[in-house]
Amino acid sequence: MVLMQGNEAITRGALDAGVRFFAGYPITPSTEIAEIMSVELPKVGGKFLQMEDEIGSLAAVIGASLTGLKAMTATSGPGFSLMQENLGYAYMTEVPCLVVNVMRGGPSTGLPTHPSQGDVMQARWGTHGDHPAIVLAPSSVLDCYVLTVRAINLAERFRTPVILLPDEVVAHMREDVTLPEKVDVVDREAPHVPPEWYYPYDDSTTDVAPLAPFGTGFRFHVTGLTHDRAGFATTVPAEVDRAVRNLKRKMDRFRLEIIQVERVHLADAEVVVAAYGICARSAEAAVMQARAQGYRAGFVNMKTIWPFCFKLVERVAESAKAIIVPEMNLGQLVREFDRAVCGRTQVVPISRVDGEAITPRQILDVIAELARPGGTA
Amino acid sequence: MEKPREFNPSELMHEYLRQKKKFPHIWCSGCGIGTTMGAVIRAIAGCELDRDRVVMVSGIGCSSRMPTYVDFNTLHTTHGRPIAFATGIKLARPELEVIVVTGDGDVAAIGGNHLIHACRRNINLTVVCINNSIYGMTGGQASPTTPQGKIASTARYGDFERAFDLCDLTAGAGAAFVARGAVYYARQIEKLVVQALRKKGFAFVEVVSQCPTYYGRFNKFKSPVEMLYWQRDNTVNVKAAAKTKPEELEGKLLTGVLADRDYPEFTELYDKLIADLAAGEK
Ligand SMILES: Cc1ncc(C[n+]2csc(CCOP(=O)(O)OP(=O)(O)O)c2C)c(N)n1
Ligand code: SF4
Ligand SMILES: [Mg+2]
Repeated sequence: MVLMQGNEAITRGALDAGVRFFAGYPITPSTEIAEIMSVELPKVGGKFLQMEDEIGSLAAVIGASLTGLKAMTATSGPGFSLMQENLGYAYMTEVPCLVVNVMRGGPSTGLPTHPSQGDVMQARWGTHGDHPAIVLAPSSVLDCYVLTVRAINLAERFRTPVILLPDEVVAHMREDVTLPEKVDVVDREAPHVPPEWYYPYDDSTTDVAPLAPFGTGFRFHVTGLTHDRAGFATTVPAEVDRAVRNLKRKMDRFRLEIIQVERVHLADAEVVVAAYGICARSAEAAVMQARAQGYRAGFVNMKTIWPFCFKLVERVAESAKAIIVPEMNLGQLVREFDRAVCGRTQVVPISRVDGEAITPRQILDVIAELARPGGTA
Repeated sequence: MEKPREFNPSELMHEYLRQKKKFPHIWCSGCGIGTTMGAVIRAIAGCELDRDRVVMVSGIGCSSRMPTYVDFNTLHTTHGRPIAFATGIKLARPELEVIVVTGDGDVAAIGGNHLIHACRRNINLTVVCINNSIYGMTGGQASPTTPQGKIASTARYGDFERAFDLCDLTAGAGAAFVARGAVYYARQIEKLVVQALRKKGFAFVEVVSQCPTYYGRFNKFKSPVEMLYWQRDNTVNVKAAAKTKPEELEGKLLTGVLADRDYPEFTELYDKLIADLAAGEK
């Protein structure tokens, strides 16, 4: 067991998952990730680069990934905003990479040293155009490690950028953790055909089109313009339609594999608290206390926030009489609950935007309001 | 210096262009980008670079469409960012030959910050900037290299701002190699790109080019040929300039190699760090 900070656990996960390239620009509360990577990467033959801004950082990461290295960057709100154009480029060109956005208070420079969950919708829709998104939210230091490994594996497996979205509390807090001795690591699929037959965007025979590293004889074209299966720009309506739909289709097909939620006491729960990030810790504590007091409360920790766990919420809506959604924002993910529930049960947001974390007490009060001890409402 | 390989130009084009897949190209007739592409290909062939190891990276603009047509590893990125993408590629795999092709708007306006920092960082890239003094792709708006007083679609009364001298800019920012050519002197571009490719460090080559469709029309050039004559009459080779009276050089653009010096190269420093750490020496 070691005492470790969330940001440090992220770097450990990244290195264990095989990340060998990091480019970034310092910003609180993510800076420790860059600092540690600058020390550790060259020790394992990897490369660290401090760029002139976050736009260039993600650009360098995408470039490095195209040569076959597992690559990542880490930032926070203002830097994440600057990354949006190249994030879209990575979605469009299907280049694997990890973007860590440690959420601090916003908008703008906001609250650099205080937590928030204000970037949940930006992480989903921040870049222009229709695109899929995989976004994971750790709620503990161990999660920071495990979900970083998972994020990199998902990026490599599905040839897509993946966003890890810790809040400032999770990133900066220290906990005793026992890291797994061995983790499963996914490596990018290489082409199975000779260069003459290679189409970098043809996924007709595999789950995901294999990506050949630059410099290995495949000599293909990559562009952010809407492209055909060979990678060249196209405006032919059928090809454009296929290109845009394919991005989404890839994610839809593997939705179940991507979505990971932890459920506790859902079987008899009358009131369910659904949370992510540090709020999930408060929610868990609140639910345990509530049960001790005789309330039939349950708890969901959404480790994958995008794609959203619609099916699960639909099921919960059948049995629970209320779903409480605590968020350190003015109500972002709660909108998805409203969409999934469609009025079948009550959805109760708890919002906090004063730069402090939501406490178990705050959640417990709402549980108590919604459910009477012993059961029937 | 080693003499570049000799070749038959038409044979060469067949070898290096994605001719079956991607032609006809998008450029207007009389545009200087195609001439520059020919020179870049001849330089790459002249240096006998293994094309599997050549990566051509560009941003957005007419100039930045060049990678589409050439048979290398090619990356058409976001507006202004090709040097940043190229930096990632080069650091990840220093054994790759990374060439950036960009326009004046791409590299000096939206991408200006990446340009100066790449000069300072001294990473072994070759950047070829096709400077047509205008935003060609978007219809002729003013660029950071539009000469003061000249007309653009967003400067109908004449541009108020002074133009950047891209070679002064990059030399000032510490580029190891800086050179300027002009489309009128196509063979010279080729020689300058050969030197840039051979330079260990950040190399910047500006190519003075013509956009007859916008810059030419707006500024009363009668034909692309007249624009080429303008290039001939307004450029002086640095070697000749040394023997010319200062008043005769007034308003003229210097061509040839304008800076050539040695600094430690970034990827070499990095590889040395990795080796030292592995040997327990740090
Ligand atoms: C972020 C962003 N802003 C604006 C544009 C629109 N745009 C496309 S090309 C271009 C200018 C290109 O000028 P230059 O680099 O000189 O290339 P040229 O077409 O002249 O070769 C602009 C402004 C864009 N694609 N992306
Ligand atoms: S618009 Fe200008 S720069 Fe673009 S292809 Fe035409 S002539 Fe060349
Ligand atoms: Mg231009």
